[in-house]
Amino acid sequence: MTGFATPLTGYLLVAALLFAIGLAGALTRRNAILVLIGIELMLNAANLNLIAFWRYLPHPEALTGMMFAIFSIAVAAAEAAVGLGLVISIHRHAHTTDLDEMNRMKG
Amino acid sequence: MSFVFWLLAAITVAGGLAAVLLKNLVHCALALTVVFAGLALLFLQLDAQFAGFAQILVYVGAVAILVVFAILLTRSSETPKDGGVFSRTWGAGLAISAAVFAVLGWVVLQSEAGLPREISVPNVTVLQIGNALMGRYVLPLEIVALLLTAALIGAVIVAMHEKGDAK
Repeated sequence: MTGFATPLTGYLLVAALLFAIGLAGALTRRNAILVLIGIELMLNAANLNLIAFWRYLPHPEALTGMMFAIFSIAVAAAEAAVGLGLVISIHRHAHTTDLDEMNRMKG
Repeated sequence: MSFVFWLLAAITVAGGLAAVLLKNLVHCALALTVVFAGLALLFLQLDAQFAGFAQILVYVGAVAILVVFAILLTRSSETPKDGGVFSRTWGAGLAISAAVFAVLGWVVLQSEAGLPREISVPNVTVLQIGNALMGRYVLPLEIVALLLTAALIGAVIVAMHEKGDAK
C-alpha cells in the first residue's frame, strides 16, 4: 500500500506538487530559460496525471488516455523549441535573458 | 510497488526543487533531466511502456539538450551581478503556487473516497498503439506532424541571425 486509500492518490499528489514547483519556478525566477523550465515541469505534471488516470480509472476505450499523453508530449516538444528560439533571439537583440530588464516589445 | 513509487516520487520532486532553486543554470538543466527521467520511470511503473520510452526519447534526449544549448548560447550560466536569481516579486509567486498546491491537494484528498480501489492493468501493446495512430487517430497525427514542421521552421527563422542589424 502507498499509505493512501488508492494508489492513484499518490500519483495525483506527486503531480500536484510538481505542478506547484513548476509554477513557483515560472513565477519567481528572473531568467527566461528558467521560466521555460518551469513551464516544462507543469506540462510534465499534467502528463503524469493523464497516465495515472489512464491506468487507474475504468475506461471503455483502452487507448484514449495514452494517446492524449503522447500527443501532449509532441506538442510540448514543439513549444520548447519555439520558446528557446525566442529566448536566443531576444538575447541577440537585447543582450540579456533577465525578464526584469525585458520591458520593451520594440527592439 | 509502494517503495519503488515513493523512491521515484522523491527523486522526481527533489529534482524539480533543485531545477527551480539552484543558482547555476547548467545545474538546473541537469536537475531537469533527473525530473524527466524520474517521470519516465513513473510512467513505466504505471504500465505505460510506450509513453515512458517516448518520454525518455523526447525529453531526456531532445528537450534537455535544447535547454543546455540555449543556456550556453545565451551565457546565462553566469550568476547575475546585481541581486539574486529571483525576481523582486518572488513572495507573491511563492504564495500563488503554494495556494495552487493547497487547492489541488485538498481536492485530491477530498475525492479520495470516490476513486476506484484497484483496476486490472489496461492491456495495451505497441502494435495496438500503432494501429490506432494509423487508423482512428490519423488526423490528429497529421496535425501534430504539421505543427512540428511549423514549429521547426518557425524556431529556425526566429533564432536565425539577421544580416541587417549585425553589430
